[in-house]
Amino acid sequence: MPVESKPEKKLKVTALCELCHGRKAVMKRPKNLQKLCKECFYKVFETEIHNTITDANLFQYGETVAIGASGGKDSTVLASIMKTLNERYNYGLKLVLLSIDEGIVGYRDDSLDTVKRNKIQYDMPLEIVSYKELYNWSMDEIVACSGMRNSCTYCGVLRRQALDRGAAKLNINHIVTGHNADDMAETVLMNILRGDTKRLEKSCSILTESADSPIKRSKPFKYTYQKEIVLYAHYKKLDYFSTECSYAPEAFRGTTRELLKALEANRPSIIMDIIYSGEHFELKRKKQTVSYKNKKKDETQINADGSISLNKDFTKANKCEKCGYLSSNKLCKACVLLGGLEANRAKITLDTDTSVEGAAKLTRTLEHLSF
Amino acid sequence: MIKVKIEFLGGLDVISNKQREHKLIIDKEEGEATMKDVISAICEKIIADEKDIPVFIEDETVRPGILVLINDTDWELEDGENYVIESGDVFTFTSTLHGG
Repeated sequence: MPVESKPEKKLKVTALCELCHGRKAVMKRPKNLQKLCKECFYKVFETEIHNTITDANLFQYGETVAIGASGGKDSTVLASIMKTLNERYNYGLKLVLLSIDEGIVGYRDDSLDTVKRNKIQYDMPLEIVSYKELYNWSMDEIVACSGMRNSCTYCGVLRRQALDRGAAKLNINHIVTGHNADDMAETVLMNILRGDTKRLEKSCSILTESADSPIKRSKPFKYTYQKEIVLYAHYKKLDYFSTECSYAPEAFRGTTRELLKALEANRPSIIMDIIYSGEHFELKRKKQTVSYKNKKKDETQINADGSISLNKDFTKANKCEKCGYLSSNKLCKACVLLGGLEANRAKITLDTDTSVEGAAKLTRTLEHLSF
Repeated sequence: MIKVKIEFLGGLDVISNKQREHKLIIDKEEGEATMKDVISAICEKIIADEKDIPVFIEDETVRPGILVLINDTDWELEDGENYVIESGDVFTFTSTLHGG
């Protein structure tokens, strides 16, 4: 008889991994409800992302790619996976971490510490671009000036441009981001719910190259479930940061996310199904002539957001008159937003300037005050 | 009495004064208590502010978007709420709702 070991719970056959049939399953894939052990899960997870990358022909051998890194779970797993796959399948990529410092005291400074540790853990160069140095405004100052409500609008527009500028500074023309399948489905659903058909069509492409930006963006996690990213980070004990941003999250996205989570609880494949719908969504082309009726060809048009469109059939990319950034309008979106802020910037600051302490921190403190 | 360990990860520690790990004692005999008892004990004993209970619970169960692991195994493979708990079990709750 073999040496008797500590009595272990007898494993049922149904508790075994459905791939290797040897080890105990630890997770159930939301995509197909398959039960897998840790080792098989790693293998399937990594291979699927590799297949996504090769099917879409995302990278060229020798290319330098910037990883948009926030220190959160998605980008941390992305950095880890990119390193693993680059070495395993010999992509020949040079990988760089690119982070944006929005200037949110008590949130971004902590998450940037995580990115700085990732730099050492994954042995990649790190570049940090800050709003303050790019725009002379930190998010704390913007919120102090314009309130919490529009914080995500400002932050989103500024971040997009900041990533491009950071990449341009490093002479890189490809950024990968950690957007996952849940994020994609959320965006599709959001665009449907608010009738934004213009964005809907583009929202599912894995690689975007727009006239507004000289830099390619891609999403290797397009088909990867959030749950699996979190599990991968957990089992691999990756070092990531997880605190919600101090400012009010975009309310509509939050509502959509909850709706999606509730739908997913009933039907886990729903995320893939929504992405599939999004991919096959095609708009009926509008008749071009209608909009040009009674208009001179070189006429400019003032948009609702205050920006000015030059005549629509431009062939060459235009540049923002103020900052020189590529833009289809006279002024780029960031300059329009910042122009509005600049007009409202306080001329005199008090000694108890909240921007130093962080407006978010102050608001939090005030919230807890009671009489 | 059953002694178990609770972990709040992925930012979920906001509901328990930023404390990530907790020891929890369930006042039942071994074999009698299930995951349901753990969930209600968490609401009673660990969540600091009553107002935060909806962050954790929805429709009387753990809110969708919170990943539950029992001894590092997905609770969906362990009978979920009906899992019979044992002393020394570790229950991990991870929020997946935060931004990446």
